[in-house]
Amino acid sequence: MIQLTNVTKRYLATKAIRQCTLSMDSGKVIGIIGENGSGKTTLLKLLSGLLKPSKGIVEIDNVVVDRRIANKLAFLTDSEYFFPYLSVMELIEFYNSQFDDFDKEKAVEMAKFMNLNVEQKIKYLSKGNKSRVKIVVTLSRNAPYVVLDEPFSGLDPMVRKAIINGIIKFINMPEQTLIITTHEIKEVEPILDEVVVLRKGKIIAHETVDNVREVNKMDVVDWMEQLYSKENMSVS
Amino acid sequence: MGLEFDANKPIYLQLIHRISSEIVRGDKREGEKLPSVREYAVEVGVNTNTISRVYRELELLQIVTTKRGQGTFVTEDVNRLTRLREEMKQEQIKQFIMDMQEMGFSINEMLEGIMNNGSEGQ
Repeated sequence: MIQLTNVTKRYLATKAIRQCTLSMDSGKVIGIIGENGSGKTTLLKLLSGLLKPSKGIVEIDNVVVDRRIANKLAFLTDSEYFFPYLSVMELIEFYNSQFDDFDKEKAVEMAKFMNLNVEQKIKYLSKGNKSRVKIVVTLSRNAPYVVLDEPFSGLDPMVRKAIINGIIKFINMPEQTLIITTHEIKEVEPILDEVVVLRKGKIIAHETVDNVREVNKMDVVDWMEQLYSKENMSVS
Repeated sequence: MGLEFDANKPIYLQLIHRISSEIVRGDKREGEKLPSVREYAVEVGVNTNTISRVYRELELLQIVTTKRGQGTFVTEDVNRLTRLREEMKQEQIKQFIMDMQEMGFSINEMLEGIMNNGSEGQ
């Protein structure tokens, strides 16, 4: 289980995350959604031990998070620089040597599923294929927690579809917990169990997708817009 | 792959309806094996938790049975399937009547319309 208690993260003068308290159960697919600058990436980095909270506590399985959480949490980087001189297969071998929970067979199978040529050097791959490779090495870890930060940004619909299918096929529920930030809510909604809505660094809602649809008779995008317009009105 | 879902209803309910329709139509026969949770998840484009819930709810409704280590099967209880057919008919009719009454049509007008349409369709 992931538990944030009164977490605030300040960068110089601005607060990226304000007084957030949040519990996320294991074995679920959870979407973190909200407009640009609402604090989604900061929240993920706090979970992954890449940032320390200015105030409050972040715990995973009752242990306060620090960099060592990388042992049981796989984080998908959106960094541009990604082992350009290795081939896909060499990258898989490298990950295999670095992570005890890496499943090489799964990686090779997933690379095939994603139509990747494992002999190709990463620097010659298209943007879409580079994204596929990152997904392959991240999801091939049998880590209890998998965190994907904007896995679809700047990708065409075919690549987005391939990545969603890869997630459905290769994530193990309920042994794994998947946390994902995205703006492509409509496309991702069918694979989400829960959504957390952020606005200006605050959590304004946390619901199951079934409840959103059952109670409000609308999908997550419309629900989020409604929440935002209510919040905007109460401010003005 | 992946299905389009209605925005105003939980996805698991839409999938329960989909499988029930396939059974009533005869596309899935009594005793037939359903795809594994993961296969069906990939086929319709939802996560495996949702499919597990769909199979669990269908089992509670006694429309499918799960055999340990073998998978999930459409029930062989023909009476249950006959009842399912009737339930789905009633559900559709209730919805139809509600929608028509909302627009101000009487039951007689509906009946007349159905009869006219039915004879055209044959």
